[in-house]
Amino acid sequence: MSWTRKILRVNLTTGSIATEPLNMEWANAYLGQRGLATKYLVEETDPNVDALSPENIFIMATGPLTGTMASTGGRYSVITKSPLTGAIACSNSGGFIGNEFKNAGLDMIIFEGKSPTPVYLYIENDIVELKPADDLWGKSAWEADAMIHAKHQDPNLKIAVVGRPAEAGCLYASVMNDLHRAAGRSGVGTVMASKNLKAVAVRGTKGVKGLDNPAEFFKTVSDGKKVLADNAVTGEGLPAYGTQVLMNVINGVGGLPARNMRDVGFEGAENISAEAMHEPRASDGKPNLTTNGACFGCTIACGRISTVDKTHFSVKDKPQYHGASGGLEYEAAWSLGADTGIDDIDALTYVNFICNEDGLDPITFGCTVAAAMELFEDGKISLEETGGIELRFGSAEALVASVEAVVAGTEFGKILGMGSKRMCEKYDAPELSMTVKGQEFPAYDPRGIQGIGLAYATSNRGACHLRGYTIASEILGIPVKTEQADSDGKPELVKAFQDATALVDSAGLCIFTTFAWGMEDIAPQIDAACEGDWSVDKCLEAGERIWNMERQYNNAAGFTADDDTLPKRLLKEAIKSGPTEGQVSKLGEMLPIYYEVRGWTPQGVPTPDTLSRLGLS
Amino acid sequence: MQKSLHLDPAKCTGCLQCEMACSYEKLGEFNPSRSVIKVFTFHEEGRFAPYTCTQCDEAWCLRACPVDAITMDLSSGAKVVIDDKCVGCKVCTISCPFGTINYVQETGKVAKCDLCGGDPECAKACPTDAITYIDANATGYDRMKAFAEKSLPSANTTS
Repeated sequence: MSWTRKILRVNLTTGSIATEPLNMEWANAYLGQRGLATKYLVEETDPNVDALSPENIFIMATGPLTGTMASTGGRYSVITKSPLTGAIACSNSGGFIGNEFKNAGLDMIIFEGKSPTPVYLYIENDIVELKPADDLWGKSAWEADAMIHAKHQDPNLKIAVVGRPAEAGCLYASVMNDLHRAAGRSGVGTVMASKNLKAVAVRGTKGVKGLDNPAEFFKTVSDGKKVLADNAVTGEGLPAYGTQVLMNVINGVGGLPARNMRDVGFEGAENISAEAMHEPRASDGKPNLTTNGACFGCTIACGRISTVDKTHFSVKDKPQYHGASGGLEYEAAWSLGADTGIDDIDALTYVNFICNEDGLDPITFGCTVAAAMELFEDGKISLEETGGIELRFGSAEALVASVEAVVAGTEFGKILGMGSKRMCEKYDAPELSMTVKGQEFPAYDPRGIQGIGLAYATSNRGACHLRGYTIASEILGIPVKTEQADSDGKPELVKAFQDATALVDSAGLCIFTTFAWGMEDIAPQIDAACEGDWSVDKCLEAGERIWNMERQYNNAAGFTADDDTLPKRLLKEAIKSGPTEGQVSKLGEMLPIYYEVRGWTPQGVPTPDTLSRLGLS
Repeated sequence: MQKSLHLDPAKCTGCLQCEMACSYEKLGEFNPSRSVIKVFTFHEEGRFAPYTCTQCDEAWCLRACPVDAITMDLSSGAKVVIDDKCVGCKVCTISCPFGTINYVQETGKVAKCDLCGGDPECAKACPTDAITYIDANATGYDRMKAFAEKSLPSANTTS
C-alpha cells in the first residue's frame, strides 16, 4: 500500500473532526498529494467560490512515498483555490512535517469552513484536537512555532504555521513549516489564515508500513539514490551550491531578467551568486553559507543554511537575526536581488529570513517590490504613498524597509501585500506587473529562453518554474539539450515536463530529483511501494490526467485562452543587450501548437476525446 | 577486528535516512521516533549531529541492569538488550552517562543500538559518510590525517 488510507476531515465552522477512508479508486488514478487532493477539491467545491470564503476548502496532503526511504520522500502539499490568482493553488514543501503526518497515520487533512475564533489543530497520532490560538494570533510564524513547542513541551512536534501578513490578508502569504521550509506560492497561507487556522502541530509515531513489495522497494530506492549521487547536478552542484548554482549560469546565457524585467542581464549577479555565498566576509572571516541541509529523507541536500553579517545595517541592532537560518535559494536571490537591481547579499539574506519568519512568498514579494520601484521611478507612486521609502532600483535600504512594512501592516505594506497585479492596476500601470494569471514570474526570462515562456503562460497556477522546468533541457541539457532561442519543439517539451512534474508532485518526491531521474527511475519506486501496476506509461498518463483536471478547474473558474499569455513587455520589448539581444517571446507561435499537442481546442479547452482518453469525462 | 560506528557531524545534512533504516531493521516500518540513532538539529548554529550508543567496554547500562538483560555480543562488541529479560525498570537509562539507552513506552522495555549484529543499517543508509562503521582502533584517523596534511611542506613555499 504505502497510503495510510486515512483522511482527517476538520470542519472549522462546527469544530467537528472525523476520519474517513481514502478513496482508493481515486488514489489509483491520481496517486496522492497534488493529484489526489486536487481531485477531492474539484469534487467538493465550486470553482467559482471566493478563495477567502468559508466555502473554499484547504487541504494538506502527502504522497504515497512520503515518509519512506525513497530519496526526498518527505514532501507534502497544500491544495486550495488561490486568492492571488483565482486559479487552482498547489504549493509543495519539504522539511519534516510531511513524514510526521504520515507517521500519525494520515494521508491527507481536509479543512472546511471557518473557525469563529483563532485555533490551531493538534495531532498526536489518534488524538486530534482544535485548540484556542488567541495568544498565537498576531505572532510571527517563528514566534508561534516556539510558543506551540513550549505549550506541549515536545521538541519533536512538527508545525505548519502562518505569520502576520497572512492574518492581515496579504495575498501571497505562505504556510511555513519547520521554520524555514514553505508551501510558498499562490497565497495558500492567506487561505489558511482566512479560516482562523493559525497552525497545525503534529506528532506521529505509528510508523509507515505496508510496502507492497519490500525487496523490490529497497532495490529500486537504492538504485535511485545511486543515480542521484552519481549525477553532476544532484550529486555535486546542488549539495555544494544549492539552486543558487544557477545565478551565474543563467546570467551568462542571457536568461536572467533584471529590474522588473526591463533588462536582461544583471551586472551584480556575481555578488549574489552561490559562489559569493562561499566567500569569507571582511567582518568575521565567515562565509554567508554555514552549511547545506536536507529535507526529510533527501540524499541531495540542496538547502542553504546561512548567516547575515552581524555588522550589516539590516541586523546590526537585531541580535535575534545573528544566528543561522534558511539561506538564499536561486529564485529568492533573483526576485529579491536581480529583479530589484540589488546586489547586497546580506540584505537579501536578511529579507529572506523575514519572509521565512513571517510567511511570505519571496518570489512574489520581491517582484512586487520591483514593480513598485518602477512605478516610483516613473513617478506613478509618490514618496508620501510609500511612507517615505525611496523605492529606487538598487536600494537595499528600500527592500529592507519594504519587507518590514509588509510585516508591520503599514498602509504601504498593505499595498505591497496585494501583489504586483492589483498594485499596478491601482496606479493605472497594469502593464508593469510581470505576472501570468496574477502570479509573479520566477527567475528565467521568457524572451531569452523560449520554452519557459510557454510553460509560464500555460501554468495552471500562474507564472511558475515548477510546473514545467524546461530550463533543465534548454540550458542544462537534461534529459536532452534543446536550443534556448528556438520555439520549435517547445510545445511538446513543455507538455512532457508538465505531465511528468504533476506525477512527481503527487508521489511525495521532490522535483529536484528529476535533474537526474527520469520516469524510468521514478515509476519503479512508486510501483514497489504501492499496490497496483505503476508502470512508466501509467505514471505519465496519470500526470497528464492531473494536468487536464487542473485545467478544467481553471476553465470552470472563468479562465480562458486569453489568460494563457505573457505581459506585453515580454512579447514586444526586445532584449536590449547581451547574448540574447533582440529576442522577444514567440509565445504566439508556440501556443496553438501546444493546444493541439495537448488535445485541446484552439480555445484551450480539452476536447471530449482527450477527456475520455484520460477518464475525465 | 572490532569495528565502531564513527560519527562525523560535519558531514551530516540532517536527512534522517539513518533513522528510517534503523527503525525498518528493528520494526519493519519507517518510524524515526523509534530509531535508536538520533540526528539532532542545532538550528541557530546551522549544524546537524547524529548520535547513538558508543558501546562502552565497561558499560554502565550492563552493570546497572538488575536482571542481566543486557549482554555483550562477543562478535561485534555491542551491548545488546535481551527483550525477554528486560523488565522495564529503567535503571540503565539513569546509569548511562550519554542518554543513549531509552525506555520505549510502546513495548515497556528499553532500546539501544546493537550494531545490527555487526552490519549497522544506519551506516549503509547514510548518503554523506557522516556515519561509517570502521576499525575501532582508527576512529580518530580521519581527523589525524587532516592535521597531518597541515604539517605538509607547501609546494609553493620557498622559506
